[in-house]
Amino acid sequence: MRTDELIDRLAGHLAPVSRGAAGRILAAGVGGGSAVSFVLMAAWLGIRPDLAQAVSTGAYWMKFLYTLGFAAAGLGSVSRLARPGGRPNWAVELLPAALVAALAAAQWISAPPFQHHHLLMGASHLVCPWRIVALSLPVFAGTVWSLRRLAPTRLLLTGAAAGLFAGAAGAWIYAFHCDESSAVFVAVWYTLGIALAGVLGALLGRRLLRW
Amino acid sequence: MDLAETRLKALMLASLDGDAKAYRALLAALAPHLRAYFARRLAQAADAEDLVQETLIAIHSRRASYDATLPFTAWLHAIARYKLIDHFRRGRLRRTLPLEDAGSVMAEESHEASAAAHDVERLLATLPENRRSLIRQVKIEGLSTAEAAARTGQSESAVKVGIHRGLKKLAALIREKP
Repeated sequence: MRTDELIDRLAGHLAPVSRGAAGRILAAGVGGGSAVSFVLMAAWLGIRPDLAQAVSTGAYWMKFLYTLGFAAAGLGSVSRLARPGGRPNWAVELLPAALVAALAAAQWISAPPFQHHHLLMGASHLVCPWRIVALSLPVFAGTVWSLRRLAPTRLLLTGAAAGLFAGAAGAWIYAFHCDESSAVFVAVWYTLGIALAGVLGALLGRRLLRW
Repeated sequence: MDLAETRLKALMLASLDGDAKAYRALLAALAPHLRAYFARRLAQAADAEDLVQETLIAIHSRRASYDATLPFTAWLHAIARYKLIDHFRRGRLRRTLPLEDAGSVMAEESHEASAAAHDVERLLATLPENRRSLIRQVKIEGLSTAEAAARTGQSESAVKVGIHRGLKKLAALIREKP
């Protein structure tokens, strides 16, 4: 086909696009994926029975705000990378992890040495990162669904950012089940789960996001 | 901000609101610009024209990804650059054979490949025009269904159904005559 014919044809198929369209596409994928992941957590692991008491502790809100802050920063990077030429904001992306690492270091230094093993390992360090990765998968699928309707041009970075965001959202959802309360535990094992989801996203990015 | 940015951005914003006249003017203004961009970077003029068309289709099908608070020309160049890199990447996938093997393979392959290409063309010729061109665009040229839909002015599901039926017919033909 000749290029001027193509232009005629495209102009004949123009439908108006509202200014918030990209945001709505992203919200649909991210919201849908997160809802599936939350239902998965509740059915598979169950919400912690002592949630009502836990919300009055600082440890609960440390976990809640760390993972939510990481997810919010990650979603910011994803929404910038979803557009042609968009770049991630790594400084903002890594800020929550840096804050929780500082908190963990303070907790480690101020605790007597006999508590160190428990602070680090808790009771669930063997399952925690893998459950976070598992709960991140529906969120990742929803995010990829959205990104395939938008136009990322840095596929590897976009895959990594989508993986980190999904990992953080999965960790936030996992925290409704998990009753660990040490900052050291969260800084190590939660962050490991989120990082694994990021690596998975980077590996899949180029294959899943090409257009 | 330069003149081109101001003018093109105004056309793009009108296009997003559904103004087909502004949209036609925008695409017509972009085509020569893209042609020059790709021609400078590619050896084959035919490849450049293909990329111009692919980029115009991408602008069309991905127009929701334009953020009105950012410069239009930056968005445009990121898409053109992405399509150019994608073109090189596809080319590299086709040429992954080590050079020392090329001589022997080419001797056999040129005969087999031309015979295979001849068979494909002969089978394709039995299909109705619409299905033949859809299969050629999606399965041979490597366009996505969305791009083929935009290029032929059909819905995406119509493209998928057309290709599916066409391939089924081809498979039946191959089974009939060994």
